[in-house]
Amino acid sequence: MRIWVPMDSAAKALGAEEVALALRAEAEARGLEVEILRNGTRGMIWLEPLVEVEIDGTRHGYGPAEPADAGAILSGESDKALGPVESLDWMARQTRLTFARCGVIEPLSLESYEAHGGLSGLRRALQMSDEEIVTEVKDSGLRGRGGAGFPTGIKWETVRTAKAYRKYIVCNADEGDSGTFADRMIMEGDPFCLIEGMAIAGLGVGAVQGYVYLRSEYPDAIEVMTRAIETARAAGVLGADILGSGRAFDMEVRVGAGAYVCGEETSLLNSLEGKRGVVRAKPPLPAIEGAFGKPTVVNNVISLASVPVIFEKGAQHYADFGLGRSRGTIPLQIAGNVARGGLFETAFGMPLGEIVEGLGGGTATGRPVKAVQVGGPLGAYLGPGQFDTPFGYEELDGAGGLVGHAGLVIFDDTADMLGLARFAMEFCAVESCGKCTPCRIGAVRGVETLDRIAAGDSAAIELLTDLCETMTDGSLCALGGLTPYPVMSALRLFPEEFGTAREAAE
Amino acid sequence: MRHAVPQPTVDDIREVIAPHLDREGPLLPILHAVQAAWGCVPDAAVPVIAEALNLSRAEVHGVVSFYHDFREAPAGRHVLRLCRAEACQAMGGKALSEAVLGKLGVSWGETTADGAVTVEPVYCLGLCACAPAAMVDGRVVGRADAARLDALLAEGAA
Repeated sequence: MRIWVPMDSAAKALGAEEVALALRAEAEARGLEVEILRNGTRGMIWLEPLVEVEIDGTRHGYGPAEPADAGAILSGESDKALGPVESLDWMARQTRLTFARCGVIEPLSLESYEAHGGLSGLRRALQMSDEEIVTEVKDSGLRGRGGAGFPTGIKWETVRTAKAYRKYIVCNADEGDSGTFADRMIMEGDPFCLIEGMAIAGLGVGAVQGYVYLRSEYPDAIEVMTRAIETARAAGVLGADILGSGRAFDMEVRVGAGAYVCGEETSLLNSLEGKRGVVRAKPPLPAIEGAFGKPTVVNNVISLASVPVIFEKGAQHYADFGLGRSRGTIPLQIAGNVARGGLFETAFGMPLGEIVEGLGGGTATGRPVKAVQVGGPLGAYLGPGQFDTPFGYEELDGAGGLVGHAGLVIFDDTADMLGLARFAMEFCAVESCGKCTPCRIGAVRGVETLDRIAAGDSAAIELLTDLCETMTDGSLCALGGLTPYPVMSALRLFPEEFGTAREAAE
Repeated sequence: MRHAVPQPTVDDIREVIAPHLDREGPLLPILHAVQAAWGCVPDAAVPVIAEALNLSRAEVHGVVSFYHDFREAPAGRHVLRLCRAEACQAMGGKALSEAVLGKLGVSWGETTADGAVTVEPVYCLGLCACAPAAMVDGRVVGRADAARLDALLAEGAA
């Protein structure tokens, strides 16, 4: 009997370790021979810990499991039974390309990875020229999944054609946006996928060294990635002779140190070099002068982890999903005050309301949805009036928002929008690297101005609007440049909470 | 009572940093190693690191002070990190933080008088679909409430 209990940190946070221990103890007490395997998470966080039991070759789910359920799960009589996991509505409705293996395989088993299609993309890439590799990525239409949405293939082309004796692939695993956990999930659930993607990137641009700059806030992901890299190196997937091709690529994990701004690529590069994580002015682009002054691909985790499937199934297969100029799939991360929170990978284009109500099932508290923050702490708040907006780069932009990291944080009607706007400014003030004035000073003034508004000084609203314009236009990077998104969208959506109604009544 | 700041010798420090000196961009790995060894980056380490990397002491100090993770003095026996970010706020994270800080009688970043617990803010643990989130000595907690955090801290203290 084979049983899976996720080792993903969200599952652990909800008691997966205790459930695994209870299952083992119960099986021993009954003299049952069971093999307890540890997978990643399927992404149905509201069902975690989700125990899966193999019955006639099909994996049946039980969740959310508690240690007390162990006996009933083993006898197949648990009232937490969900049926075959792959047939659950949440799973069946997805297009799992990047996350196809996440939650299915044991993250640190290279055999399991290969048995589920892993390394076939890398093998194909090894037969291609660097130019063909980059063209394949361009044709897939893949755009940076970290937020900016820059075409990945074009970035690679710039690095490929740059002349240098050394180049780097840097994976940005430091995007600590609240409401987003796709990076963490794939690094903990399918780390070889990221390794394979980085190796393909290395072949494409002529880089032999990669770094995963990983947030210190993700200790489990650090451990899994580090062990996966060691395993891949021992198996010849990384190193001086990858898969016997004579080509070299190696990589290592670098742990961040709690600075949010290091999710910005130039600040990340400074940090990687051992400096303060201060933003660099562009140009020069990192693709020309990046890590250690050399041409560098800086890509987000999900962008790089989407590369293997593009090479396994072909660029066209990937590009066939999506709408407009948003090609392929996007892992939506539904979070905050939501009945069914988790990760749902789907083609671009699903309307916001369908995501919030249809997938998420509305709020956890059962109260009406007031607003959804899309894209992370620098993303705009969108209200139910905008729920027909399709989830795509241009479409969200048109609604005054952004895709960002594709996280959606849902708030019920008790949310204090002025408080959230103030928090956005406060966060920017705490995390500002200090290099440019609009962000360093503006965020502090923003907190003060919002406090004036909260105290009833509605004349300060004009000042806030002006300040936000300065931050948007004058900041060096997205931290100062996008902090006005949550602030101004909250003001636009809920002016009455910023005292304009009070003024009208007086 | 804060733990006394450790006073490692120059040789102790050199031994800890030596394995990292040949890495590309060695300073962050070095600082992590030093903090792992002594629970903080002691003042005594700064000139030793600066000399080893051919940097000025000011440059090393600038890096240490830039990052939230590096401490000047060791934390309490337990570190409780509470997420302050939006997804956790949507699930009552603010009220939870206020309750925990109030009960322990500390502000953000402070250690309780008996040196048992340091409470730190964290901006996202990636547990946004099971908010509010916390971390007790590296152990993740989802849908955290004050009672569960109390129990975990008590468990660790035992």
